[in-house]
Amino acid sequence: MSTLENSKVSRRDALKLIGVGSAGLIIGATGLDRASEKVSSLFGTNRAKAEEILPFYGKHQQGIITSAQDFIYLASFNLETKDIQEVKNLFKEWTEASSTMSEGKEIGNTSPLLSSPPDDTGEAIGLNPMKISFTFGVGPQFFEDLSIQLKKPTSLKNLPHFPGDDLKEEWKGGSIVVQVCANDQQVAFHGIRNLIRIGRGTVTLKWMQHGFQRSAQSDPSGSTPRNLMGFKDGTGNPDVKNDQLMNEHVWVQNGDGPNWLTGGSYLIARRIRIRVEEWDRSALKDQEHTFGRHRISGAPIGEKDEFSSLDLKKKDINGQPMIPRDSHSALAHGNGKIKILRRSYSYTDGLDNQTGKIDAGLLFVSFQRDPFKQFVPTQTRLAQMDKLNEYIVHNGSAIFACFPGVKKGSYIGEGLF
Amino acid sequence: MKKHAKLVTMSIATSLLVVGCSTKTETKSTVENKNKPQNDVHLDSEITSYREYVVSQSEEFISSTQKFVDAINAGNINEAKRLYPISRSYYERIEPIAESFGDLDPKIDAREGDVPANEWSGFHKIEQTLWVNNTTKGLEKVTEQLMSDAKYLRAKVETAEIDPILFVTGPVELLNEVSTSKVSGEEERYSHTDLADFAANVEGSEKIAQLLMPKIKEKDPKLATTIETRFNELMSNLNNYKRGDQYVSYTVLKKDEVKKLSQQVDALAEPISKIGTTLGVN
Repeated sequence: MSTLENSKVSRRDALKLIGVGSAGLIIGATGLDRASEKVSSLFGTNRAKAEEILPFYGKHQQGIITSAQDFIYLASFNLETKDIQEVKNLFKEWTEASSTMSEGKEIGNTSPLLSSPPDDTGEAIGLNPMKISFTFGVGPQFFEDLSIQLKKPTSLKNLPHFPGDDLKEEWKGGSIVVQVCANDQQVAFHGIRNLIRIGRGTVTLKWMQHGFQRSAQSDPSGSTPRNLMGFKDGTGNPDVKNDQLMNEHVWVQNGDGPNWLTGGSYLIARRIRIRVEEWDRSALKDQEHTFGRHRISGAPIGEKDEFSSLDLKKKDINGQPMIPRDSHSALAHGNGKIKILRRSYSYTDGLDNQTGKIDAGLLFVSFQRDPFKQFVPTQTRLAQMDKLNEYIVHNGSAIFACFPGVKKGSYIGEGLF
Repeated sequence: MKKHAKLVTMSIATSLLVVGCSTKTETKSTVENKNKPQNDVHLDSEITSYREYVVSQSEEFISSTQKFVDAINAGNINEAKRLYPISRSYYERIEPIAESFGDLDPKIDAREGDVPANEWSGFHKIEQTLWVNNTTKGLEKVTEQLMSDAKYLRAKVETAEIDPILFVTGPVELLNEVSTSKVSGEEERYSHTDLADFAANVEGSEKIAQLLMPKIKEKDPKLATTIETRFNELMSNLNNYKRGDQYVSYTVLKKDEVKKLSQQVDALAEPISKIGTTLGVN
């Protein structure tokens, strides 16, 4: 680290300030902070606008059928303990912190002493909560770690290897997942960072991926977002306002599995790298045939409207299917009966140092009632034939069971313990 | 408490001015004494015990460094290499104190590039000569300076001000030393004896925590247990890499072994950072 010289000096200076010299300066700053806290509290504790708050407590967890916010942090954790009591305590602390941050408030003691770090890391002070949501779930490994295999739902098991998968250990699985989404990246990062901090010693990060979409400011109409290949992504999603559809495709129903999961949902995450350079030099016709849709409108090939139904029987003048059978839309659609709720984000992780190429792609996130009846058959089809495979590679994969919502006074995953 | 904070705020306007206009430490100290809130907790006896520890470590530091320097002067390179990490460990245990004496730390512990090349001296200069140039020759000035700096450190620790905040934040400082420069393997870039420094920093941190432990147990027994457990876990993991009085070269550690050590340090430092608040030190 080239800045070490500086950091050493500043650390020494900081010690000098504390130990020898002008403690007055430091106390002074805190004194001022406390005074200004008082002032701001006079002008109302609920500075955050109500429409910026997604209530943490409710029947279902936020961040599942919630209209996708602009930014995501998806973090997967390893358990560092075999003691279920410790995990329970962590979930209680996470519940407390998440519900507080959902309202845009600082967590913990808001008037810290000088001799310890503040409980809240501070980068969201004074910011609106920006519809921050917290979604918690557990992976198959969680039940092994704590030797509670009997509570594991039968549908919570590792996904099969799909043809073409190039999964990296550092992007696979995990015992616990936390998804934090918000309409501001700093607010979202503050959320995940503080949960990671609270978990230190009980859990360690296995992997973490951030993602983004076009923001509400750049598209006030809220049309279907485009992925980094320039195509609309998410057109075929079931309507989240239709309770019946959600019960049918997204929420785990009574009798589907163990009671603790009723009202929850399964989360599948796939880190899909896009071969950006190769895609950028492929012809428009090839691009459209890869997706089976027109690039600008998002309509199925031969149609004008994005939401026109996919007619896979339609032929072109040569008698060939208008929408190629091996196109992404055709394969993902299948017979149209299987639906999953996609909630994906784009990611960019800078440079791939090995090749000098851009590391960018899709953080695919989907929610479904039963992954082995919904995601697995769909992905099997895609992995075998999808024309898109030429331009993408799956290098991360995980499955988690996300808890039902939390009642006030309770905590995440209570039904499990 | 709030009333108190307000008082402090009012007098700060003045102190800011005073500090702003003055560069003299004496002036600042007066201001500090006036404004410093009374501590709810008295750590005088713990600080006295800690001072004894610091004094004893700095005495050991002198004698072990003397042996190290003797080996160099005798041209015994293998013995010098063996004594290098041992001698340093006494320094590493009390690093935050040593760092509070202005230029002393860079003189003893600067790495190449931390200071202008013509001023570079101390342990790491010797490390480079022993491991890279593979010789004990040409180090007379550097070893002489190192001995005189070691003695200066010993003289200073006797009267050094160990303020309660410096004291309770010391364990985190030491663990931050580990997690910023030892975990990355950049401290001992020629000898790769980083694990010896690593262990010494952790031991120095544990010493302070042990001195404070009875008071922590009184205020928050759960925090006390967490700290003790995580110290034990980290030390027992470190012991896996110990061979006699030496640690294995940092280069033999696999990526996931380094990650494990790093995460153990983070897991320990987080509860340790709460000691100050738990004891009500302000």
